[in-house]
Amino acid sequence: MSLFTADELVVNFGGIRAVDGVSFEVEAGQVFTIIGPNGAGKTTIFNLISRIYDPTSGRLLFRDDDITQVPPHEIARRGIARTFQNIELFEHASVLQNLLLGRHAHATRRFAQELLFLPRVRARERAHREAAEKVIDFLDLQAYRDSLVVNLPYGVRKVVEMGRALCTEPTLLLLDEPSSGLSVEETADMAFWIQDIRSLLGITVLMVEHDMSLVSAVSDRVLALNYGRVLACGTAREVQEHPEVIKAYLGG
Amino acid sequence: MRFAFKTAYEHDLGLFRDPVQRRYYAALLAGVILLPLAIPAYLSDMSMVFIYGLCGLSLMVLAGYTGLVSLGHAAFLGIGAYAHVYFTQDLGLPWIVGVALATVAAAASGVLVGLPALRMTGVYLTIATLAFALIIQEVFTRWEHVTHGLKGRPVDKPVIFGVSFASDLAFYFLCLAVLIAGLWLTANLLRSPTGRAWVAIRDSEIAAQSMGVHLARYKTLAFAYSAGLMGAAGALFAHKIGFLAPDIFTVLLSIQFLLMVVVGGLGSLHGALYGAVFVALLPVLISEARDHVPVAAGHLAAALGKGVGDAVYLSLDRFVKQPGLEPGIFGLILVLFILFEPLGIYGRWRKIWLYFSTFPLYKAATFRRQKTYMRSERLR
Repeated sequence: MSLFTADELVVNFGGIRAVDGVSFEVEAGQVFTIIGPNGAGKTTIFNLISRIYDPTSGRLLFRDDDITQVPPHEIARRGIARTFQNIELFEHASVLQNLLLGRHAHATRRFAQELLFLPRVRARERAHREAAEKVIDFLDLQAYRDSLVVNLPYGVRKVVEMGRALCTEPTLLLLDEPSSGLSVEETADMAFWIQDIRSLLGITVLMVEHDMSLVSAVSDRVLALNYGRVLACGTAREVQEHPEVIKAYLGG
Repeated sequence: MRFAFKTAYEHDLGLFRDPVQRRYYAALLAGVILLPLAIPAYLSDMSMVFIYGLCGLSLMVLAGYTGLVSLGHAAFLGIGAYAHVYFTQDLGLPWIVGVALATVAAAASGVLVGLPALRMTGVYLTIATLAFALIIQEVFTRWEHVTHGLKGRPVDKPVIFGVSFASDLAFYFLCLAVLIAGLWLTANLLRSPTGRAWVAIRDSEIAAQSMGVHLARYKTLAFAYSAGLMGAAGALFAHKIGFLAPDIFTVLLSIQFLLMVVVGGLGSLHGALYGAVFVALLPVLISEARDHVPVAAGHLAAALGKGVGDAVYLSLDRFVKQPGLEPGIFGLILVLFILFEPLGIYGRWRKIWLYFSTFPLYKAATFRRQKTYMRSERLR
């Protein structure tokens, strides 16, 4: 049984069918990449998985559970974390606070205790901090711990956002264009991190990506989309050489 | 410049940055406790500063930290004030119980406003709270059994456990104690998951949701907590003004609260207090000026001689006796703040502090990016 299954997903936005019968399976421990030209429906699929959009039809299965009807704030608690294409960090908070917010899925809601900041709230905060510090060490963010996100360069923000997603201790990590806007060196770093996330942390990665060198470097399986339909699915090389995929990118 | 040398995660969980900062606040507290010795004539005005401070905290949680701008907070103040007076004077409940029930009543009405408000963002939400305030004001006028309608109702002096707090000095310390309690509770929330969830909602709802923040729950909670603080402030406010009538809790008062947090500096507890000092003391300063400027101008005129001196005297005298001087100066200062210092008094203070602590290495570019704070994100 695969970790995550998308089953015949369909989404209509008014008269536009953004996703048209997409099915795929992500095995545990894989890096699974979705590629496709602009408007192919890649980010829409991400938004379906994080339950920001409702599918018109089709099902989402995660660890044997049907998550098609789960409310969006439940998704993190189930073990799916994500980043966003256009970085959605909490800009007027420090890097550390952003990472701690990533711990929210593990926070216990005890309003009265928090109001008085009882010792057990303090103990929980310390535990969250320790978890966040592990991510800071993993991603080499020590130098930025107390800086406000607004003051950080774009490349660092990208890493912080990935760190925030890692703080939720996910089973499945969704990365929406992790290399967009990054320099060549930063993209290379990103490739190493994605490999480390899979092999050291044991987290399955589902990503949307345009940079084919990054895709071929890290992906176990690649899914190509165009106009909401699946063109091809297989290894990076197989998909790149698929005639439909070449046609979609180059025309003809 | 001081550097906090941290050796344990515990250091980041405290209310104060380091022992030095703790000593600063201890000194401030001592100063506030000794203040009545220095300015016995202004104790009543200072109690008003503390009550406004509570109101500022309340709106700061909602507008500054959660990003939900309300123009209806005078209604919560009124609900707290009327509830407190009703429970203590009509039902004869003890003072503490009255304040607790006033807080609960205001918080409950906060939830009521919060629920429909969940579907609205930005300026639409603000309009909805404004409508709520207008409705509540009408309720104050009509519900004569509790509020005594337009006749208004007098408020007794507070008596807690048989001890009267009728004197200005006693009431000063009562307000100070409630303000410190409010500050402590709010600071606790802000360093807990709840406070982080609020900031997350302010900065990016979509990301907050993806990290597991239940938007509806935390927005309602922010409304309830903010309204509850306002309710507690309302109980003190009732004692302070001594007479409740519906036309006290107008939209103008709500606007004044909003100005308070903007002038003070959105997104900081300091800002709420600076704003309170500014809003509560500006009228006092202006009325002082009305008394003293003509006298000072007289001396100046005598020193300058006949021709020039008389002209200076007349223009100064006419300026301070101008009707509508308070709202005029108030508005001018507000406009200047929004134009030149969107982060308010607290933002300006931080810059001045940084200038001196890093002298001569201060660079203005440190704060270059701050302006986006208000423009694009606050009223989305």
